[in-house]
Amino acid sequence: MQGQRPRDEGQRAKWTITDLRTSLLPSRFMSSTASAHSDSRSGGGAAPEAAGNPAAASANGAAADPSGRPAARATERTEAAPAASLAAELPDDVLLGWLRDMLLIREFEVRTMQAYQEKKIGGFCHVYIGQEAVAVGCTAAIERRDPMVTAYRDHGHALARGMDPRHCMAEMFGRIGGCAKGKGGSMHMFDKANNLFGGHGIVGAQTPLGAGLAFATKYEDEVIEGRRSDRVTLCFLGDGALNQGAFHEAKNLAGLLDLPVIFVVENNGYSMGTSISRGTTMGHDISVKAAGYGIEAAVIDGMDVMTVYDAMKPLVDRCRATSRPAFVDMRTYRYKGHSMSDPRKYRTRAEEEQYEASDPIGRLAAWLESSRGFSKQRYDELAREVRQQVRDCVKWAEASPEPPIEELYTDVYVERFGPYLGTSPPQMLRDGADEA
Amino acid sequence: MTRPRAPGPPLSATGDPSGSQRGAAGPIRISLHAPGFPTTTEPDPPFPPTSILNAPQDPVANLTLVQAINLALVQEMERDDRVIILGEDVGPNGGVFRVTEGLHKRFGGHRVVDTPLAESGIIGTSIGLAMAGLRPVPEIQFDGFLGPAYDQLCSHAARMRTRTRSAFTVPLTVRVPVGGGIHAPELHSDSPEAIYAHQPGLKVVMPASPYDAKGLLISAIRDPDPVLFFEPKRIYRAFREEVPEDEYTIPIGKARVVAEGEEMTMVSWGASVVQCMQAIEKSGRSIELIDLRTIWPLDTETILESVRKTGRVVIVHEAPKSGGWGAEIATRITEHCFLHLEAPPQRVAGFDTIMPYYKLEMEYMPDAARIAKAIDETAAY
Repeated sequence: MQGQRPRDEGQRAKWTITDLRTSLLPSRFMSSTASAHSDSRSGGGAAPEAAGNPAAASANGAAADPSGRPAARATERTEAAPAASLAAELPDDVLLGWLRDMLLIREFEVRTMQAYQEKKIGGFCHVYIGQEAVAVGCTAAIERRDPMVTAYRDHGHALARGMDPRHCMAEMFGRIGGCAKGKGGSMHMFDKANNLFGGHGIVGAQTPLGAGLAFATKYEDEVIEGRRSDRVTLCFLGDGALNQGAFHEAKNLAGLLDLPVIFVVENNGYSMGTSISRGTTMGHDISVKAAGYGIEAAVIDGMDVMTVYDAMKPLVDRCRATSRPAFVDMRTYRYKGHSMSDPRKYRTRAEEEQYEASDPIGRLAAWLESSRGFSKQRYDELAREVRQQVRDCVKWAEASPEPPIEELYTDVYVERFGPYLGTSPPQMLRDGADEA
Repeated sequence: MTRPRAPGPPLSATGDPSGSQRGAAGPIRISLHAPGFPTTTEPDPPFPPTSILNAPQDPVANLTLVQAINLALVQEMERDDRVIILGEDVGPNGGVFRVTEGLHKRFGGHRVVDTPLAESGIIGTSIGLAMAGLRPVPEIQFDGFLGPAYDQLCSHAARMRTRTRSAFTVPLTVRVPVGGGIHAPELHSDSPEAIYAHQPGLKVVMPASPYDAKGLLISAIRDPDPVLFFEPKRIYRAFREEVPEDEYTIPIGKARVVAEGEEMTMVSWGASVVQCMQAIEKSGRSIELIDLRTIWPLDTETILESVRKTGRVVIVHEAPKSGGWGAEIATRITEHCFLHLEAPPQRVAGFDTIMPYYKLEMEYMPDAARIAKAIDETAAY
């Protein structure tokens, strides 16, 4: 755990998933969250996440969330929750697919951190560990034809959307095999085939892009093809982006022009090192930031993939049908720092452990065990499989060639090298000759 | 998981206070300000749009720069239904300089979209549109208002091709009236071409005549890369020129030799080209005038070829002198034509101050007298 804050191993919850060196996976996934989830499924009126989600517990009880951010209010959620869980009705292979995707993201990110510390990955690196349920649950709620755009913590979205993890890893390694030939890096995961419109590095600046993508789908369907538009755009942003002007312009435009875009705020409580209560007005209930724009808002427990799906699916369907924007306060938590160099002095280990105890992977695994007879043995197999896959990714990325110097001047304009006399094309660098 | 709302009517599925049945079965609708998406079965309106042009119906019309741009927009929107216009008051109002006059009526509110005054949002949304395959042509009302959109232009538009190895491109044309000379205050009279030319990934175009404006704008809209199309507002209606009604393009990245000459080369762009022509005429000398047409990519070869012939060069632009685009041109000339030079390259430019309020505006901008002085000095060196 070099470069990270020293941890007291003894204090760890047993199935914490954040160990870098050994397995990232829960050794024992059976936990109290299993019953918590089945409670929520049965809709028994009790706070669905009271046992599993410490934040929700704090909202009900008196204990304040150390980040100053109470979770989704249980009463509201219970009222609005669908009578039956949509996710609980899904077949085994779909739910196992979610589990596998979350495991893949987790393992991928652990290996990413490792590679970064080994200096195989340059630039900066923001890992998704802890937030897996958001990307996986949201992606499951939309279709491949629906555009998706996100911010810089984007590996999870790329993998959930179906990007080949080898290409994702190679991109961070700066290799030719990357999804952008190693030209974009960690923050810029794009996947045209899967309608992933990036990874964007400037906080909040991707939100008007989300509005534009929604506009484009609507325009293409209705004007060019002359049929009713039923595509919806998912635009992810962090809670830090709530404070950026571009986001407010995007919300206003989306509300004004009836754009079918869902702004999913991955509210992990921190904008880099600033907790939401220190950086955002009304940080305890950001859904009010949608009301001013006439946009429907939802608060969702983002630490549970089934809950995410249950809440997102009807919302997505509604946006499709009505061509209206929506806003989601997706309560989640990043187990790691903002980036790899973050000492995390702004929060306590106790708080981190509180969230790690409601780990999304553990929660789904536990539910599958109790409701679908999913065995520990099968889980271990899955984990082993994923571990091997990611190990192969790293090998594949390392074997991928580095970009040749000619790549300096490709993909800047449509013209290759172009007529840009005097701007030091690579040939000049190499030959030291200036033919002009 | 919908959050219940405080007092007031419950947030309907559409959130639309008018309670319209959007999304219900029936005609396709979108509330893009005015009349909504028209059905695609509407008959085509007559073309060319005589009501817009006020121009004779010959194959060649005598048009102002504004009319030439308007014609280019009409023709591109006719040709390609992926071309759409966004901006503040571009709709029924026809834009702050009336450049988009008549377009809303002709193409409807879904293609000529009135937006709030929110430049970052306008350009950001346009980038999303462009990435998804449309060809947006947003209008920013004034040069100084580009500031809020700088982030979107330089962080997204300029870099998308590179960071996606060309999987995603941004075929975006941002139209911006630039420059002084209309008695506007600062922020309404700036010449920011060098700022954006400095950002790799953007193309920067500035026409100096109605003919060029039409051909360059059509090229810009068809270009797969983001283009900043700077329109010198001083000459929007200053003169007319014969402009073919047929579509034509003028290549981006190629300068135009306006007048050939032997004694000296003069390089300029935008509204200053007119001042240069006046000064050259007065001087009675044989001066080769080059209108850049495109700021970036810079047509260095045309400039160098001329300077190798004349050995003397004067560069004229409105923007502040230091770090202006003239500096780049002068440097390239000295880099590549040092031994051909008979005199140091001279720049006639705006001063390194904020663009003054209108009483001093004409003092700030290069005029024929200042250019004449530079011509004389360079010739006598």
